[in-house]
Amino acid sequence: MSDLFSQYKVDDFFDEMFSAPGVARPHYSRILASFKEMGAADFERKRALAAASFLRQGVTFTVYNDDQGTERIFPFDLIPRIIPAREWDLVERGLVQRITALNLYLHDIYHGQNILRDGVIPKQIVWEATSFRPEFMNFDVPRSIYIHICGTDLIRDREGNYLVLEDNARCPSGVSYVLENRQAMKRIFPYLFAEYRVRPVEDYAQELLNVLRYIAPPEAREPNVVLLTPGVYNSAYYEHSFLARSMGIEIVEGRDLLAQDGCVFMRTTKGRKPVDVIYRRINDDFLDPRVFRKDSGLGVPGLVDAVRRGNVSLANSIGTGVADDKVIYHFVPKMIRYYLGEDPILGNVPTYLAADKSDRAYILDHLPELVVKAANESGGYGMLIGSQATAAEREEFAAQIRKDPRNYIAQPIVALSRSPSFCDDSIQGRHVDLRPYILSGEKVTIIPGGLTRVALRAGSLVVNSSQGGGSKDTWVVEEEE
Amino acid sequence: MLSRVADSLYWMSRYIERAENNARILDVNLQLLLDLGNQSEAEIMDHWAPVIASLEETELFGSLYEKADGNSVTEFVTMQKKNPNSIFSCLSHARENARTTREQISSEMWEQINRLYLFVKSDAAKKLLRTSPHEFLKRITSGSHLFQGMTDATMSHGEGWDFIRIGALLERADCTSRILDVKYHILLPSGEDVGGNVDTIEWMAVLKSCSALEAYCKLYVSQVAPWKVAQFLITDREFPRSIRFCIDSLDNALHRISGAPETRFANEVERLSGRLRSDVDYVTISEIFEFGLHQYLEAIQKRLVEVSEAMYDTYCASLGAA
Repeated sequence: MSDLFSQYKVDDFFDEMFSAPGVARPHYSRILASFKEMGAADFERKRALAAASFLRQGVTFTVYNDDQGTERIFPFDLIPRIIPAREWDLVERGLVQRITALNLYLHDIYHGQNILRDGVIPKQIVWEATSFRPEFMNFDVPRSIYIHICGTDLIRDREGNYLVLEDNARCPSGVSYVLENRQAMKRIFPYLFAEYRVRPVEDYAQELLNVLRYIAPPEAREPNVVLLTPGVYNSAYYEHSFLARSMGIEIVEGRDLLAQDGCVFMRTTKGRKPVDVIYRRINDDFLDPRVFRKDSGLGVPGLVDAVRRGNVSLANSIGTGVADDKVIYHFVPKMIRYYLGEDPILGNVPTYLAADKSDRAYILDHLPELVVKAANESGGYGMLIGSQATAAEREEFAAQIRKDPRNYIAQPIVALSRSPSFCDDSIQGRHVDLRPYILSGEKVTIIPGGLTRVALRAGSLVVNSSQGGGSKDTWVVEEEE
Repeated sequence: MLSRVADSLYWMSRYIERAENNARILDVNLQLLLDLGNQSEAEIMDHWAPVIASLEETELFGSLYEKADGNSVTEFVTMQKKNPNSIFSCLSHARENARTTREQISSEMWEQINRLYLFVKSDAAKKLLRTSPHEFLKRITSGSHLFQGMTDATMSHGEGWDFIRIGALLERADCTSRILDVKYHILLPSGEDVGGNVDTIEWMAVLKSCSALEAYCKLYVSQVAPWKVAQFLITDREFPRSIRFCIDSLDNALHRISGAPETRFANEVERLSGRLRSDVDYVTISEIFEFGLHQYLEAIQKRLVEVSEAMYDTYCASLGAA
């Protein structure tokens, strides 16, 4: 009998749902049965329902390639990605290990720089990093935490091993989709939740607020926590507003704040009100025109001075970019060994540094087999997938690499795992990644699962929303013995 | 509450109220044309001129359309993006303001504004406007009522709610005064045959434009006399779209924000609104006619603008200054 899965092909990839053609992994068997019972019309109806609900609630991001600044919903795929608890526990331990090392590293870099003196990381790689903030040398951040919110991108290789693709330690976004996707799934498929024990994600905002309150200046007894957004025209504005609402804190723009005598205030109808903690969704460069980019209209003049005096705390701290730069990424396993004396639980994707002479020669010789990335770009920009690029595009990248080697790395093309997704009226395998959100406060907490992004274009490896990606709900499920 | 947020809530509410008022004015006048039967092109233009004037967009209209008729005015008032006060523009502004204040308003309110905005943007709305303008305009007015009802029923009646109320009340008082004002010439003492059949229909249209016909009839038992209409729309204490009602409620909302008793003022905006309130509370209709209805309404409009500006200065502009 024909069903939604009858044409499904596993191909030569690690498939999240099937261990072999037609053979579902045990944790997917019940959900597969449900989807098989569902006709295409019913499935389409549910899909339209979800899309309409996202649009009605305004769960949208803005695309700026046309004059209207069109708002789009982030395409949502109904088939969830399921991670068994045992598998997740390993990922979770690996992520805790990694964030612990990254925070120790940042503290070290902005203080004694032992890791550089011991030659584990070449000195010039840090000093030449554009995201390194020497202005903050020897500054003590509250509770010695630099990265409070981290979004670490994980992928699975052909064997199904989880590998870290990159750490996002500046202003990672996307967590609102995790929460909205879950809510949509619960509304559309209540009966599936009855069949699985899915770990809840709903307490994320509370955990985040706990972190933000934890880093408040000690004098602030009832700390005033705010979220600083670039404004309503930012593509992630929905998320900023969603998080502020979920935490019950004010969402402010730079023009709502005022720094004076080393303190930060917000302008309210009842006068000025002191601000203690700022969850900023603005990059370092734009925070304070007196210290960083002079042309920034988004920031608050004098904010950095207030941070320095310890009167206001920032999450994430200034200068975390020196931990998630794609060149530094290469050294994270070494950091883990250096600071923790442990072997990394989660591996890295092998990385060639264009700054290294022999690596560079290898990169230039093997461009068609590699993915080349600029060290400080994100969102799928500044990237070359060798096998899919034209000879001219490869030539252009080669020239850039020769010109500015510190800014480029290359990695072999990883055959990302695939997950069944609804595309073009049928269910097909599509490449996915996973971004768990890691909070570091009094303790490290990780949202169970995270955001599964899916490259909806056939064959595409790029999952970013700006590049035609979508998302799925991600379930960490308890296994029954 | 953040000053910027207070300002956005105020404008969100003002723009929704404006969309509603414009929809009602257009609807009433489209129907009035049907009542008046076959008319020459010149008569039709005469009919629309004061409507466009009441929207204060005569110049812009003239630059966009050659002549004023049902079609051009309908497009101008509903979908014209170049008209900053078209229903489409108002709802876009309202939604933009709602988007920046989502953590203050309830989800129900946000979804209602968003739904209304997505509706006017849709092809279905364009089709409905072509086939049945009345139904289209009805969707706008009831959409606004739904929003206001939700605001009362789902949002805490705190400071933000009061700023929302003030936005709607100021807009409504201003609109009522302008609707009345465009008909003032009929009330001029030199007017020859005041009180004909056509006048009665037109005055009924004025009342309908303010959603006031039924309330008026209850009070005056269906005798539509021009001066009574003016009296009702300016000085009635209980009708929610009369100028007096709006100003009384506005003054009340301002005092709720500052916490000062209504018998004294705590800041400049309360001084202005309190003085306006007592003027409107104690004025008689014959005094208004003596003063000149048009002059009186113009003065009201000017004072409403002063209240609005003083509110901005009091709550939004000065406090933050270093």
